[in-house]
Amino acid sequence: MGSSSCSCSVADEKLLKLQKIIEENRNKKGALIHVLHEAQTIYGYLPIEVQKVVAEGMGVPLAEVYGVVTFYAQFSLKPKGQYKISVCLGTACYVKGANLVLEKLEEELGISVGDCTDDLRFSLEGCRCIGACGLAPVITINEDVYGRLSPNDVPDILAKYKE
Amino acid sequence: MKSLEELKAIREKTKAEISLRDDKHDFRIVVGMATCGIAAGARPVMHAFVEELNKRKLTNAAVTMTGCMGMCRLEPIVEVIDQEGNKVTYVKMTPEKAVKVVTDHIVNGKIVTEYTVGAVTD
Amino acid sequence: MQIYRAHVLICGGTGCTSSGSIGLMDEFEKCIKEANIENEIKIVKTGCFGLCAEGPIVVIYPEGCMYCRVTKEDIKEIVEEHLVKGRIVKRLLEGADAPEVDTSAEQTDFFKKQYRIALRNCGKINPESIEEYIAEEGYMALGKVLTEMTPEQVIQTILDSELRGRGGAGFPTGRKWEFARRSVSDQKFVCCNADEGDPGAFMDRSILEGDPHVVLEAMAIAGYAIGADKGYIYVRAEYPIAVQRLKTAIKQAKEYGLLGDNIFGTDFSFDIELVLGAGAFVCGEETALMTSIEGMRGEPRPRPPFPAVKGLWQQPTILNNVETYANIPVIINNGPEWFKQIGTEKSRGTKVFAVGGKIKNTGLVEIPMGTTLREVVYEIGGGIPGDKKFKAAQTGGPSGGCIPASLIDTPIDYDSLIKIGSMMGSGGLIVMDEDTCMVDIAKFFLEFTVEESCGKCPPCRIGTKRMYDILEKITNGNGELSDIDDLYELAEGIQSSALCGLGQTSPNPILSTLQYFKDEYIAHVVEKRCPAGVCKSLLRYRIIADKCRGCSLCARHCPTNCISGEIKKPYVIDESKCIKCGVCMEKCKFDAVVRE
Repeated sequence: MGSSSCSCSVADEKLLKLQKIIEENRNKKGALIHVLHEAQTIYGYLPIEVQKVVAEGMGVPLAEVYGVVTFYAQFSLKPKGQYKISVCLGTACYVKGANLVLEKLEEELGISVGDCTDDLRFSLEGCRCIGACGLAPVITINEDVYGRLSPNDVPDILAKYKE
Repeated sequence: MKSLEELKAIREKTKAEISLRDDKHDFRIVVGMATCGIAAGARPVMHAFVEELNKRKLTNAAVTMTGCMGMCRLEPIVEVIDQEGNKVTYVKMTPEKAVKVVTDHIVNGKIVTEYTVGAVTD
Repeated sequence: MQIYRAHVLICGGTGCTSSGSIGLMDEFEKCIKEANIENEIKIVKTGCFGLCAEGPIVVIYPEGCMYCRVTKEDIKEIVEEHLVKGRIVKRLLEGADAPEVDTSAEQTDFFKKQYRIALRNCGKINPESIEEYIAEEGYMALGKVLTEMTPEQVIQTILDSELRGRGGAGFPTGRKWEFARRSVSDQKFVCCNADEGDPGAFMDRSILEGDPHVVLEAMAIAGYAIGADKGYIYVRAEYPIAVQRLKTAIKQAKEYGLLGDNIFGTDFSFDIELVLGAGAFVCGEETALMTSIEGMRGEPRPRPPFPAVKGLWQQPTILNNVETYANIPVIINNGPEWFKQIGTEKSRGTKVFAVGGKIKNTGLVEIPMGTTLREVVYEIGGGIPGDKKFKAAQTGGPSGGCIPASLIDTPIDYDSLIKIGSMMGSGGLIVMDEDTCMVDIAKFFLEFTVEESCGKCPPCRIGTKRMYDILEKITNGNGELSDIDDLYELAEGIQSSALCGLGQTSPNPILSTLQYFKDEYIAHVVEKRCPAGVCKSLLRYRIIADKCRGCSLCARHCPTNCISGEIKKPYVIDESKCIKCGVCMEKCKFDAVVRE
């Protein structure tokens, strides 16, 4: 499935999983978004090959699948890094300087928002309010939450994930 | 859920369990649990209160603790405070006395005069 | 039944979970076991207490004292001192710096002025226990409705209560239900809008996390009232804890027969399904939300037909927001007259606000309608950190506006806020101080709408982008006075021609900042100056020669090496190379660097 490395068995396993989910939801009204959520959980992102499988399986045009994928912020066409850094850009965080933290992250990682480092270790994105406004400004790295940040805290935090 | 009665039964049962989180108790039983109180045996006294309330399914009283009441020689000391703030101080308590305080004072509203600070002086 | 002498309630809301409350639970269990009192103490994971800034929060009953910013290291002390010896650990209490420490949470300023209806169970019950919800009168309203009332009576009760939608627009809830009841169809739907998208607003999430059953009960009541047997909750995928709690709650309600077939032995059946959003702000708009449940791009559709006539899958549908639902069971139980006593004449009841920004007590507050902004900011909110000056509060998110300091005594209700150019909104309330630039804030909200515009209608897709470009030009120091006129013109055009509420209200942040802070726009445009010192292109850093001791500290930290000078003589900043990072000002020990 688009992957040139020797992970065919893994790829097949993923494909089977996806096909099972499609099977369960094929006749349910309005299940497309749910299936795409599941597909993204399996693959980590939604490359065009995966979208084709979903489109065929669910019996909807690929154009519609692509339309839905690109409409919602949760779906990604690009792979994410091993560590997904999300900077909360909700109002409370913004007022408390989230953009300064974001700039510092961009500077430290050498990438801009929406991108992934070449070694696939870090990806960086701005996100909508995660509701931890009491800790503003907040970033999350995968499941970990860091709050009450200043730009100066950024290098130390990143260091934890670099080993 | 087939009837309202069934729902009410669950409500009553659970209400008792969480009534502690309401401020509205008829009585607060305050056990002095500073070092002196514990040394004099306040823990078993408090246990006795909790157990007796449990046994009798009483939820109108909360058992809480406090620090040293300043009369260390009379420990273990227990204060029973009603909603108006009237305070009765029991001294030199034992688990047996605790049971009697629950049955007489909490259930029947009758103060156990012989255990109170006024009666016990040595 | 087991009665415990003390209950330890640990907040499991998102705010506190983020600051580490889950680890605390294990530690409490361990320490309580070590102290040999595990049969006396009950540990409960509960919903949000509201004081998120002070999290993780632990409340111990019967004393009702609230410990703040509790760390693992504190727990041994809490167990040994409080639970074993009965001595409250004062240093961990809320407001512990004050000379008089209140040991009961209800007595602190943060809680005194609040009136909790929608949040009544949050922080009090275990949200994963249906029994605890039932103990707090849960599902009694549903029982009463199904066994004693006709659908018409239910709708009349809601109409009489004069409850208005808490999602922002304030449409009377009873009227919505009445329309849907009158629509004739075999299939109707009840939807819950839990797609809380306003940046800085997290009221609904806290209700879902702290009291999920209240939403289920209210939806079933609505189903009975309009004649629907199916409900959908559309919830943000960004709220994993809320999703989890809802799943648990739905499962429990089905087990207890409070959802499903023949509830309370009547012929009423009702089922609820959870639908996860996928991160699109516009899906908070009612028609877009329904399109998204149908599995498509969440684009709004023109109204009429209104959802009460043709909604989800072209069937009559009602959609209410989480907080609105949280009010329904209490109104049924206590009666509309009780509800009407609270609040003001046109805005009954209470409103929950997520208070954030430059304020001491960040968190969730529920106040009777008509409470003034001053009370919220200074009494409940504890004022502004560093004793800075209050400049404005922003309500209504990207659809709302600002309330300036001169109007701080405005009562908070639907109509008063509209009158001054803001709106109630879903409940985000962001406080700003003198260091906040209002042009920058307007730009922030516009950037949000530009990004979240679904692109279906041109006024929103193109118009908001144009407005954003103008604001960008102004904050970069290239603005002209005609730009301000252009902003007004664009705003008017978008307001009158955009397809949905998101588009129509998108100019509000600009219009209200222009209304109250036009001088700041003028300063940016004419004087090329940002009074709050936020807009980088307009900043200048300068070293005051008289104050500079020539220590070279600033020069050593400057990332672009644009500060030069001789030791013990005044240093100078080369403006052409300065990137305005402000590190020189931060490092200077003699206040010799100024920003202007």
